[in-house]
Amino acid sequence: MRVGLFVTCLADLMRPSVAFAAVKLLEDAGCTVEVPAAQTCCGQPALNSGDSVDARQIAMQVITAFEGFDAVVGPSGSCMGTLRHDYPALFSGTSAEDAAWRVRAEDLSRRSHELTSFLVDVLKVSALAARYDGTATYHDSCAGLRELGIKRQPRQLLAGVQGLKLIEMEGTEECCGFGGTFCVKYPEISTKMVDDKIAHVQASGATTLLGGDLGCLLNIAGRMKRQGIAVRVLHTAEVLAGMGAAPAIGEAQGEGGTA
Amino acid sequence: MHAPTNTFPQRVTVALHDKRLQAALNHASGGFVAKRAAQVAALPEYEALRERAREVKEHVLANLDTYLERYEAEVTRQGGHVHWASTAEEAREIILGICKRVGAKTITKGKSMVSEEIGLNDALEAAGHKVVETDLGEYIIQLAHEPPSHIIVPAVHKTRAQVADLFDTAHRPLGYTKHLTEVSEMVNEARQVLRRHYFEADVGITGGNFLVAETGSSIIVTNEGNGDLTQTLARVHIVTSGIERVVPTLDDATTFLRLLARSATGQETETYTTVSTGPRREGDHDGPREYHVVLVDNGRSKMLGGPFREMLRCIRCGACLNHCPVYTAVGGHAYGWVYPGPMGSVLTPLINGIDTAYDLPNACTLNGRCQTVCPVKIPLPGLLREIRRQQFERGLTHWPVKLALQSWAWVAKRAPLYHLLMGIGIPLMHRLGRRRGVLRWLPLAAGWTDTRDLPAPQGQTFQQAWKQRKGGGS
Repeated sequence: MRVGLFVTCLADLMRPSVAFAAVKLLEDAGCTVEVPAAQTCCGQPALNSGDSVDARQIAMQVITAFEGFDAVVGPSGSCMGTLRHDYPALFSGTSAEDAAWRVRAEDLSRRSHELTSFLVDVLKVSALAARYDGTATYHDSCAGLRELGIKRQPRQLLAGVQGLKLIEMEGTEECCGFGGTFCVKYPEISTKMVDDKIAHVQASGATTLLGGDLGCLLNIAGRMKRQGIAVRVLHTAEVLAGMGAAPAIGEAQGEGGTA
Repeated sequence: MHAPTNTFPQRVTVALHDKRLQAALNHASGGFVAKRAAQVAALPEYEALRERAREVKEHVLANLDTYLERYEAEVTRQGGHVHWASTAEEAREIILGICKRVGAKTITKGKSMVSEEIGLNDALEAAGHKVVETDLGEYIIQLAHEPPSHIIVPAVHKTRAQVADLFDTAHRPLGYTKHLTEVSEMVNEARQVLRRHYFEADVGITGGNFLVAETGSSIIVTNEGNGDLTQTLARVHIVTSGIERVVPTLDDATTFLRLLARSATGQETETYTTVSTGPRREGDHDGPREYHVVLVDNGRSKMLGGPFREMLRCIRCGACLNHCPVYTAVGGHAYGWVYPGPMGSVLTPLINGIDTAYDLPNACTLNGRCQTVCPVKIPLPGLLREIRRQQFERGLTHWPVKLALQSWAWVAKRAPLYHLLMGIGIPLMHRLGRRRGVLRWLPLAAGWTDTRDLPAPQGQTFQQAWKQRKGGGS
């Protein structure tokens, strides 16, 4: 299967290892992975701030870049939810141009998948050759959970990782307070929310926090680093690809190692 | 109540530093969520019921004129009167007119969010009427001279100790000299005080959870029975309700009653469900001599034809408030008007103008939990985003946000330039944060770095690294 990797802007800029982990998982599952250079971001900052003109143009760029792939896969429920649910609605006008773009947007929507959902639901991957020694808890990122139904898939894959003990925390489905531009526009509320989330992580006793969306993970890790809380934060894909021993999010080079 | 103002950020700061408020919110929020979840889990037909409720509401909204006319005809046939108010001011004038005509001294009130919306209490008191709220929560905030902070539990922001002090001050002159701190004792005392007012009331004003077109009935639900006493013992009963609250039949009403109690308070059913049809008839032992319904539009008919029509399905259960991480962090008063939380963040700008409550639709992470618990499936995050779109279109978006956004978008639409710029900037940021693994400060990013470190980029961008991997043939 020929897969186009939707890198996501955060993986591209902040944590390429997440995208490399995604590539490894897809290649191990027998896919041919390509990375169109004409992609930047899914356009959520514009879309969620009410700038529908820019959001449309960015959507057109993504739709064009990923034409022809059997599947479009990204390591984020949030971005893939946008491709899947929001793009078609951006072309709901009555013009012929909108009608044409809507067909293309719906075609992309049908081919778009979040990484763990693609591995489990489409490729039926059951066994992975990964190892991670530690106790982890999983944060359900909102968009993946509620827009795409990502809940069972990452847990099913993580259950196959040797040495990993997965425990559930309280309030795992509660928002961490990231919310894209929300976290910088309303930092006080955002900080209160991330503190609540961190309290749940700590109460669970887990020494590693995993999740499927880098936005949430940068927010939680960034707050924990500021507070001096030593919980390792990693993207699920990194652990599944056996790359969990590298420095975790916010750790300096050389700080790596399993918890 | 006063019109909303753009003071959300200031109110948030106050709310987050108010220790008593935080204690009250922590105490309340978990309970409703757990109780609702248990009720939903115990009802196999919950999802079917939700879909049925959505369908009924959509059908009513598509034929609203027909059902409202039918309702009016039935109310009239039963001896009642329907008054149409297109604005809050008109609604106040109609109610003031009735109260003046019947020579009302004391007016008792059951809980009604529409009466809050139209600022009724202030108007009645200014006209010289004595107004007594009979819902315990409303009674508490009336004593405290505060607006409600939740549409179902208006005094949820008050701790027990604060309520004890309020009762002590208000009830001492009435002969209740003991300072009570036990909930059951406090409730008992309030009931005794309120009972006097029921009997002296000339007019009883209640809301209307549902208006039934086929019978001309209004339905209210309460857990205290205060609504029944308010509407049965006064000479005149006035119902205030939004025009969207009409349902076709009593049978339809039961669909909503089953959803309302479960979604609102996590009960199978509220303690009291009361159906009122017209005034007292020949041979009735009790009931009001006059029965009036004031149907309030106040912006609702404008919503009917546009992108916000789905908001008119709302049955005011408050589930979206209880499950909203922003509401549970800051409480209802931060929202600045009578409707807080997700439903309020849609309704407040729509009723008062999208320029009056800029922050409300923006102060949301779009986490979507409200939509998943809404008993009538209102796509609240989508509606909030649509308000943001209209704000942006009308040039209301704050300029620093707009500038940052449009600069970013300009580059993001030009992939080669984007990769070139990021390919320079990101490795630079990496070098700045390499030693610690994080950046503790960044220009123009105080919103992030005041309370959080920013994990440093790993090195090159993925696109750079990928190009090298491909080029190197690995």
